[in-house]
Amino acid sequence: MISFVQVGKTYPDGTVAVAATDLTADSGRITVLVGPSGSGKTTLLRMVNRMIEPTSGEILIDGVDVRSKSAPELRRGIGYVIQNAGLFPHRTVLANVMTVPRLLGWSKDKARERAMELLTTVGLEESHAKRYPFQLSGGQQQRVGVARALAADPPVLLMDEPFSAVDPVVRKDLQTELLRLQSELSKTILFVTHDIDEAIQLGDKVAVLNTGGVLEQFDTPTELLANPKNEFVESFLGLDRGVRRLSFFSSTGVPLRPEPVVARDAPAAEVLARRGAQPWLLVVDDGHKPLGWLTAEQVPADGDLTKVAVGELVSYGHTFGAATDSLRAALDSAILSPSSRAVGVAEDGRVVGVASVEELVPAIRAAQSASVPDTGHGDRGEPGDRVEPGDRNDREDRDDNPDTV
Amino acid sequence: MNVLSQAWGWLTTSANWSGSDGIPTRFLQHYEYSAEAVLIGALIAFPLGLLTGHVKRGGLLVTSLANVARALPTLGLVVLLVVVMGVKFRAVMIPLVALTVPPILLNTYEGVRNVDPQLTDAAKGMGLRPWQVLWRAEVPAALPLILTGFQFAAVNAVANTAIAAYSSFGGLGRFVIDGLATTDYGMVAGGAFLIVIAAILNLVIFAVLRKLLISPGLRQKKPTT
Ligand SMILES: Nc1ncnc2c1ncn2[C@@H]1O[C@H](COP(=O)(O)OP(=O)(O)OP(=O)(O)O)[C@@H](O)[C@H]1O
Ligand SMILES: [Mg+2]
Repeated sequence: MISFVQVGKTYPDGTVAVAATDLTADSGRITVLVGPSGSGKTTLLRMVNRMIEPTSGEILIDGVDVRSKSAPELRRGIGYVIQNAGLFPHRTVLANVMTVPRLLGWSKDKARERAMELLTTVGLEESHAKRYPFQLSGGQQQRVGVARALAADPPVLLMDEPFSAVDPVVRKDLQTELLRLQSELSKTILFVTHDIDEAIQLGDKVAVLNTGGVLEQFDTPTELLANPKNEFVESFLGLDRGVRRLSFFSSTGVPLRPEPVVARDAPAAEVLARRGAQPWLLVVDDGHKPLGWLTAEQVPADGDLTKVAVGELVSYGHTFGAATDSLRAALDSAILSPSSRAVGVAEDGRVVGVASVEELVPAIRAAQSASVPDTGHGDRGEPGDRVEPGDRNDREDRDDNPDTV
Repeated sequence: MNVLSQAWGWLTTSANWSGSDGIPTRFLQHYEYSAEAVLIGALIAFPLGLLTGHVKRGGLLVTSLANVARALPTLGLVVLLVVVMGVKFRAVMIPLVALTVPPILLNTYEGVRNVDPQLTDAAKGMGLRPWQVLWRAEVPAALPLILTGFQFAAVNAVANTAIAAYSSFGGLGRFVIDGLATTDYGMVAGGAFLIVIAAILNLVIFAVLRKLLISPGLRQKKPTT
């Protein structure tokens, strides 16, 4: 646990980078500091490993003042990851990762073994070990940076915009990877970003900072999206915060109706019967995978669907994983299709059923009134992402993990 | 043509290759003087460059010092010092050292100062002490520039050590001075040729040093994958 107690920083030129701030970053959790440029995020972060000394207040890690050790000693026990990784250009990837263990006096063999293990952990190949940083892509360098920070297994990790210098696709990978790592390691992570989406996706709790180093709100992402405390926070969250919040809620509550689903080779009588009752029919192939929508008028009079070319069917946009994806994914699926209907599929891609936008409303209502996600299985990602089993809830169960300090 | 064949004749006369004033002895002397000048220059300039580069302060001091040293007229200084101090080895060494200080000082200062701040920040943030940041991050990263500084210093020294001969000391300059005095142009041209060889050998030495000291991580450009 990292506790900031009335911590403030005023630079000699009079700039107030951080106004007296109280903040607690819980053990085994990701705490994100987010805010516009110049809001003191970096300053706040760097005061933890004493790269910057506060001008007032104190910072405690698990109740111990960070000033009770010499700065280098303190830093060896805290992982530190920065924007461009800051790898030693003259050392191999392996030697880079071995740095802190070697500083701590580990034997070469032990440090090497640990470093190799970590490279795999962060998703690099063993063949990368012998390379020099310039031989890696930006994303790979960042992974090495993370591995290096984790090398001596520090309980606390400080990350200052670690993913902001890589392209969006790689960034998304790295974010997913960090969440996966964190679900295994349960570090106490303080993460700085100016990207509210990243904050919402990664943070167990998010601190929104304003210019002048003022802490405007400190809450869970869902609470933040539901109840921004003031105009600043609200505008910082952006216009689609309502929809974004839905990504924290499971789509289990969505009623999926199988009636409008019909196989392309279904008997004419069945097709005609369904046409009468449904304005839209979802045509599926013999593997029960969706092909597209058909309006009642488009159904041939004799009920023979094979007469309709697949190309004539109305696009279903994208499907969502019934129960595995978030409400946001379900809603997106519905509004993307001209039929205004979402197609829910099982793990194997078979259609479970469909739901119209109107039918999604009750589930959305339920999410509105819930201050905490009902399932804890928010996907924290874009629509269509799978909710990995063992995301949030698993981490809550892991308080007895020895890594958690 | 004539001078060249005279030089060839002089270089191939076996008597010139032995004794206390033979070519090998003079050649070694030349290198000794040069190396000594570089060494003394390094003792002054390298720590100062490291210190100012590391703390990123004192740029004015560094450049002023380098400019003053560079502005000294080498030959004039030798003559002056010999007049003032008498024929002492120091009278030769001081101007030579003055030639080696600026490149070492400037390159070390600039090299260390311009190391990627992200690198030093990360190094410090991992718990390296200031001394370790200097020797494990800054110096290795700045080494290409630092070595270039040393190379310039050595080139300067080797090229100018000939002035030692003006004040009766040895080295390859001896041949040039003595040859001129006795109008033995074969010896003059041969001596000049040897000075060129010494300079080339110097380049070879530094190419080897580069290979040995500079990490492949700094030597290469982007891979072609
Ligand atoms: N060494 C310094 N001297 C004076 N002012 C400084 C110094 N370092 C930072 N500041 C100021 O303190 C404020 C906070 O800076 P900080 O780097 O913590 O912001 P940040 O939130 O990390 O911004 P960014 O998103 O741009 O990285 C800024 O106004 C900045 O100009
Ligand atoms: Mg910053």
